[in-house]
Amino acid sequence: MTGDLKIRAARTTLLQKIKRSGASYAMVAPFMLLFIVFMVVPVLMAVIYSFSNYNVMEAPRFFSFRHLFDNYLRLFLDDEVFMISLKNTMLFAVITGPVSYVACLLIAWFVNDLKPKLRAAATLFFYAPSLSFNVYFMWKYVFASDANGFLNSTLMRLGFISDAFPWLNDTRTTLMVVIIVQLWMSLGTAFLAFIAGLQGIDRSLYEAGMIDGVKNRWQELYHITLPSMKEQLLFGAVMQITGSFAVGAISGEIVGKPSPLYSAHTVIMHMEDVALTPRFEMGYACAIAVVLFAITLSINQLIRYLLNRKSDRTL
Amino acid sequence: MTIIRRIRYKKVGRKATRSRMGNAFVVFFLVLLAAFMSFPMIYTINTAFKPMGELLKFPPDFFVQNPTLQNFQNLSNAISNSTVPFTRYFFNSFLVTGLGTALHVLMASLAAYPLAKHKFPGRSFLFMLVVLSLMFSPSVVQVPQYLQIHSFGWLDTYQAIIIPMLINTLGLYLMKQFMEQINDAMLEAARIDGAGEFKTWWYVVMPAVKPAYLTLTVFAFKDFWNNIGPVMMYISSESKKTLPLALTNIMQGGIARLGSTAVVGLLLMIPPIVIFLATQANVIETMKSSGMKD
Repeated sequence: MTGDLKIRAARTTLLQKIKRSGASYAMVAPFMLLFIVFMVVPVLMAVIYSFSNYNVMEAPRFFSFRHLFDNYLRLFLDDEVFMISLKNTMLFAVITGPVSYVACLLIAWFVNDLKPKLRAAATLFFYAPSLSFNVYFMWKYVFASDANGFLNSTLMRLGFISDAFPWLNDTRTTLMVVIIVQLWMSLGTAFLAFIAGLQGIDRSLYEAGMIDGVKNRWQELYHITLPSMKEQLLFGAVMQITGSFAVGAISGEIVGKPSPLYSAHTVIMHMEDVALTPRFEMGYACAIAVVLFAITLSINQLIRYLLNRKSDRTL
Repeated sequence: MTIIRRIRYKKVGRKATRSRMGNAFVVFFLVLLAAFMSFPMIYTINTAFKPMGELLKFPPDFFVQNPTLQNFQNLSNAISNSTVPFTRYFFNSFLVTGLGTALHVLMASLAAYPLAKHKFPGRSFLFMLVVLSLMFSPSVVQVPQYLQIHSFGWLDTYQAIIIPMLINTLGLYLMKQFMEQINDAMLEAARIDGAGEFKTWWYVVMPAVKPAYLTLTVFAFKDFWNNIGPVMMYISSESKKTLPLALTNIMQGGIARLGSTAVVGLLLMIPPIVIFLATQANVIETMKSSGMKD
């Protein structure tokens, strides 16, 4: 009896709450409706279509229970190009992710010590490639494979090489070139967040640290600075990880699509290849999307968990 | 003077100091990195002002010797096989960027206010979705998005390259974090004065979050202005193409078009940098509240 009453009371208050929150819902509605249509629905579509052989021309035919995971099995067992692109994407993530994260932090740390005007100028300098990343095309002329390329002509003038080296065509260097360009444009949102985080730290903490025996800048960084900007560090990690898994268009524009022997092919590029003319294998492309989605999300969660645990121990 | 300053520093104990070697290393490191970061920009600027002779010179020079405006004057010829004047690309870029940025900032600010300051059922769920979406790149869902755009009949329209990008959740996230700092007493005062929620948002909240909406403007401007993937995928008629797409077209011309390519690159490069320059202090102010709590 009393339990029933309680449930009824809870129900009415929830209903009342919803009714009372009309203005709140009206305010989130424009953004959230579009968000559901263009983000939540596509994610669900990708998952559903990944169990079908949808190809745009005919209505999607879903696999029977026994063949449910055919697209996924094909990806890992029967698609050499996918395995290459997965390996490349992981390489990008493992190299550009941590390197750019540490670079963001170190450069922000150094820049923060400059006088205000110089600091503003340096911030702009380092953030400019993220602001205007379309200038990346200039790297094509820097690494151009003929003797006219800036790097080739410089190395030849200095006598390091006698013939032009095909930086954009040699399977040993294409991936490296894309990684360099990717690093060049990776001082983005995380970098700004770190600069802001450093500026927000209470100066008296450093004073207290000096009294407690902090001897040099590195100790100060480890014991005071990093623990005080934990939340920015977490936000920055999410930004950098997400970015490092999304390499696609830039690689295609620089070393070609596909690159020689797929040497710089990424998962995103492979997904586009499968989905666009002439293949239109939408179901299969959706399976690729789901795999990439799962990898990015779980690595983000893992790093989030690790960073949290780490900072709990040092604090 | 220096002695006085040093004594004062020691007394206040402002910060641990770096050794002189350490300082030298930091300066060296920063200058080297700054050179790397600005290399394509400086190369673009120099190339844009090179006369034909210098563009084709072998081996190429990095710096321009006799700067000229030739490449700027030739720009209209450079996009030769197209059926529209090159100013059309500028118009399209400004149209898409202006409209997209304005709508994104308005919608994200409007949605951020209840997420930050109201208590309503579903609030934490919605915010969880927003944080979750920061953890994967939108390009992951481009295949289903393509199917949607196709079925809406939006192929080759402006809305195909504006509307899906309005829901950049980074903007909503930053705005919500910033709004949380607003003093509740201020909102309460507005309500007592009889202002509805929309009025409170527009007259009390928005003026208080000026740094945040300027930041969202910078970020959205840069994203729409540089946007290339979706434009490549959805836009087919020349009259609707934006500047970055025109750039890739000119680039096909190879070394002979290098001058014009650099000019377009220069024109593409300037607007986001100018806007950031004007709002930098606000951006840093906003990013102070960007932290992720758990």
